[in-house]
Amino acid sequence: MSIAITTQIICFTILSSVILIGALGVVLLESIVYSAFLLGGVFMSVAGLYLLLNASFVAAAQVLVYVGAVNVLIIFAIMLVNKKEDLKPINDIKSRRIISTTICLTLLSLLIRVDLTNVWSLSSPQNSIGEESTIRIGEHLFSDYLLPFEVASVLLLMAMIGAIVLARRDVMSKDISTGLPVDQELIEKSSEPLLTNKT
Amino acid sequence: MEYGLDLEYSFNEFLKGFGLSSEIAHIIWLPLPMLLVLVSAVVGVLVTVWLERKISAAAQQRIGPEYAGALGVLQPIADGLKLLVKEDIIPAKADGILFTAGPILVLVPVILSWLIVPFGQNLLISNVGIGIFLWIALSSIQPIGLLMSGYASNNKYSLLGGLRAAAQSISYEIPLALSVLAIVLMTNSLSTVDIVNQQSGAGILSWNIWRQPVGFIVFWICALAECERLPFDLPEAEEELVAGYQTEYAGMKFALFYLGSYINLILSALLVSILYLGGWGFPIPVELIAKFLNLPINAPFIQVFTASIGIVMTVLKAYLLVFIAILLRWTTPRVRIDQLLDLGWKFLLPISLANLLITAGLKLAFPQFFGG
Repeated sequence: MSIAITTQIICFTILSSVILIGALGVVLLESIVYSAFLLGGVFMSVAGLYLLLNASFVAAAQVLVYVGAVNVLIIFAIMLVNKKEDLKPINDIKSRRIISTTICLTLLSLLIRVDLTNVWSLSSPQNSIGEESTIRIGEHLFSDYLLPFEVASVLLLMAMIGAIVLARRDVMSKDISTGLPVDQELIEKSSEPLLTNKT
Repeated sequence: MEYGLDLEYSFNEFLKGFGLSSEIAHIIWLPLPMLLVLVSAVVGVLVTVWLERKISAAAQQRIGPEYAGALGVLQPIADGLKLLVKEDIIPAKADGILFTAGPILVLVPVILSWLIVPFGQNLLISNVGIGIFLWIALSSIQPIGLLMSGYASNNKYSLLGGLRAAAQSISYEIPLALSVLAIVLMTNSLSTVDIVNQQSGAGILSWNIWRQPVGFIVFWICALAECERLPFDLPEAEEELVAGYQTEYAGMKFALFYLGSYINLILSALLVSILYLGGWGFPIPVELIAKFLNLPINAPFIQVFTASIGIVMTVLKAYLLVFIAILLRWTTPRVRIDQLLDLGWKFLLPISLANLLITAGLKLAFPQFFGG
């Protein structure tokens, strides 16, 4: 066994154990902040796995999108809404647990089935495109995957407009969560800089 | 364009002379450039700290550090030693693990980004294909470290500072990436070596700053914002937030933040010089000088000359930009948070988008000037 292969195996073992333990931690830990930070660690390790597969562009994109954007926003949201609130006990907790376990197990069996039936043809290192993958991804995005690409961008645009509408309450006359009429005067005041009328 | 010193190859050949296999030679080689870059980054920080103290003193008509060494050059080392031997305090109500992990998460991505900084054709740690994209991806990890330390300090100023830092780096990352994208469009490659080679045709005239003036300014503003330098140092605004996310830190953990911010500043300056100012290129092409001296481009003398000129030029350009950053810090007032976000989202983002679009159009219209 050459040194390169040994290093790869060591890296793979470390990365996959970090992913597994981290993912369990995300689900099982009590503190939501720890879960969020662990999620970042899991995303990073997935990026590491991509690197091991010679897909450096996908790895960097994974870090940029999932760690740099998604995870930061999750942590941001947690820290802005850090309300100490006693959670109400849920009545039918048992049946809910049974339903969620069933769904998760079904998904797991589906994944295992895919894993067993699919023929994983491992191409030899000579066949891997390596650094050229960036160009290939670009070509595919603008030829045969153009429609999914555009649909995804339209979806993101819709989500963005929705978020703006939710954030700018002055476009609606009623508050969404409480149903009470919105105090328009308050919005007017808050949208102006505080120091302008104090001269 | 494959000329220049290839130290790795020569080193491996040298070790093979002792009967070592090429794999072992490679493993012995691997830590050397990393160590070199780490040392040069730290030395760069010491120089920058000294420059900062001296230039700020000049801007405020003071003398600045004077007694530690000639002109106070040893002052930053004294500062570093002081931080090194200081007591390491973790506040009683703080979250120990996150409090320790925060500064590490801030520093490591910055140092890792030095992987792609070229000082010459072969004078970089690794010519990875995704080059500059790796830097953009790595710099997006930093806000997590800042949020982590802000949260773990259990202090409202720290938390606010961390939130501000994250908001700032998220908003300025987008125009930054878009202005880099315009360069990548002209180069047809993400690799930093290719980006510099594309600017090396006609010396100073072929530098990207002439073809991407808007991109240069947008990139520089965003780089300053990412480094949290004045006028964008809201996360650690002394008058409002004590010291932002660093408030509770002392000793070496504080030093990690300090190192991180200065290494980031030097890195940004280096990247501006690579992307827009021709990297290791001399204002007059080295080929012309070689022709003038009647020497072939592959002569050993010319190769050593090219390599040393390359390192000197890269460092010189970077430090010129660091000087501008320091001057800006001591002469401009701080922007307000709403002004900061307005500038980022309502001005820089549309401008950089338009810049990208115009670059693409110009590339189609004049492929010989804007990269075919």
